[in-house]
Amino acid sequence: MLKQIEGSHAVAHVVAQCRPHVISAYPITPQTHIVEELADIVGAGQLDAEFVNVESEFSAASVVLGASAAGARAYTATSSQGLLLMSEVIYCIAGMRLPIVMTCANRAISAPLSIWNDQQDSMAVRDAGWIQLHAEDNQEASDLHIQAFKIAEQTFLPVMVCMDGFILTHAYEPVDIPEQKEVDDFLPAFKPRHIVDPRWPRGIGLFADPRFYLETRYILHRALEKSEETIKEVSSEFTKAFGRESGGFIKSYKLKEADVVVISMGSVVGTIKELIDQLEEEGKKVGLLQICSYRPFPRKEVYRALKDKMNIVVLEKCISLGRGGILASDVRWSFPRAEKKDRDISSFVAGLGGRNISIDDLRYMVEKVEKEPVEFEFLGLKEELIAEKDM
Amino acid sequence: MAAAELLSIAAFKDGKFAQAFPSFGAERIGAPVQAFVRLDDRKIRTREEVRTPDYLIIQDYHLIGAVPVLDGIKPDGLIVINAEQKPEDLNLKTTARVETIPATEIALEIIGRPIPNAIMIGAFCSITGLISIDAVQEAIMEKFPGRVGENNVAALERAVEIMEKRKDA
Repeated sequence: MLKQIEGSHAVAHVVAQCRPHVISAYPITPQTHIVEELADIVGAGQLDAEFVNVESEFSAASVVLGASAAGARAYTATSSQGLLLMSEVIYCIAGMRLPIVMTCANRAISAPLSIWNDQQDSMAVRDAGWIQLHAEDNQEASDLHIQAFKIAEQTFLPVMVCMDGFILTHAYEPVDIPEQKEVDDFLPAFKPRHIVDPRWPRGIGLFADPRFYLETRYILHRALEKSEETIKEVSSEFTKAFGRESGGFIKSYKLKEADVVVISMGSVVGTIKELIDQLEEEGKKVGLLQICSYRPFPRKEVYRALKDKMNIVVLEKCISLGRGGILASDVRWSFPRAEKKDRDISSFVAGLGGRNISIDDLRYMVEKVEKEPVEFEFLGLKEELIAEKDM
Repeated sequence: MAAAELLSIAAFKDGKFAQAFPSFGAERIGAPVQAFVRLDDRKIRTREEVRTPDYLIIQDYHLIGAVPVLDGIKPDGLIVINAEQKPEDLNLKTTARVETIPATEIALEIIGRPIPNAIMIGAFCSITGLISIDAVQEAIMEKFPGRVGENNVAALERAVEIMEKRKDA
């Protein structure tokens, strides 16, 4: 049913419809409304799940790890410092091939403290072995959770659904919340591969000496690469079952005719589409390539989609300090060496710590790269706040 | 944020597309916060903050001196302010139309608490006709079932009454 609903609440209701057996989370802005709502749903007896209250995100991640290892469908959600505190366990979950689903309500990282949105948090654990899917709006954020459980349980890889904090989590907009039966028909019961059970003691993720460890990493890497098929399949199954497109590997908007292509991920693509339509009316051909699956990275798709595009600009809400744009690096690496020549791939970082990204900011970016490529730039930097002596 | 949420839900009930979101997340009662609402007949895609609004609802007129709240309002826009004074007595530097309503006073009388949301929404919807009062009432009763909702609906109706009288005058 179509509802005008807060993003967090939409996600909570859809997660509940996926019938997780165990939920454990520690409240942190801007994720809090999701787990609060889930706690209410469990408390009201509408979902038969264990809701485990914990004293920290480290424990929340540990609880879902244990629950998943014991054969439960397990869910958690966090943001920013919470995700960093989880990070040790995050790696273990992937290494143990536990199909946990997590919502990352994307938020900046301390210090200085910022509760506002960017994507530095999920980026900090991009190499941990999780699938990372980015939502464009609250409809997609909700839909991706249904897909995430299916993808996770088919691939035995954990899935992180990333949604921009505040911009999506706290936004009221229309979301079609499916019927319970529709979700039940789409998402079969979880069939664990191995179960840890005290009646039959065994361990997982225990010890791999130098004769074995390398191969565990190879296998995990290949599993992530192979999950491409599952992500695409589940996305098209979803479209068949629910009648709308959602998720997948990449998406595009007015790309075919475009002279300039903007690449980005998350909620900012909505604003980019708006700009593209404005520019089209002015006679300019600009297109969008949207990264839906950040891990595994859609290298081949990016290359295929942009083979003929010579002016590309990557806009991202994260930075590798001392290196530059992270998504930009991934995009640059997607082209074979010989094809990098004469191709301009500009890199912009924007919106860190919740800085508004306006259509005017984006217009400035597009107009700038129309003239000349930009190696790396902070969009909307306030020069007056910066002193040479601080650097 | 509650007012923005209610406006967006009411607009949705009227068959419009609506988007509402806060600009500051660390809300605590008493701190200045901003929230934005967009209304459209088609799906709303943009996520940028509203910097040049057509309409501005100021829940507490004391904010006018404390934060640059009037910046960006369109020259022919509308500002609805919770204040006991008449618009001309506030000495605002704007070409936008200004309407005031003593929302805190009305809230204290009808709701018993200084929560001006329903009154401000009522005034706004009455002046602009953008969202039906019926839809707002429905949205309020869904969010606050029972006494609280009924009191807020009564406050909303009072605001509409005041604005309708002004139209006739």
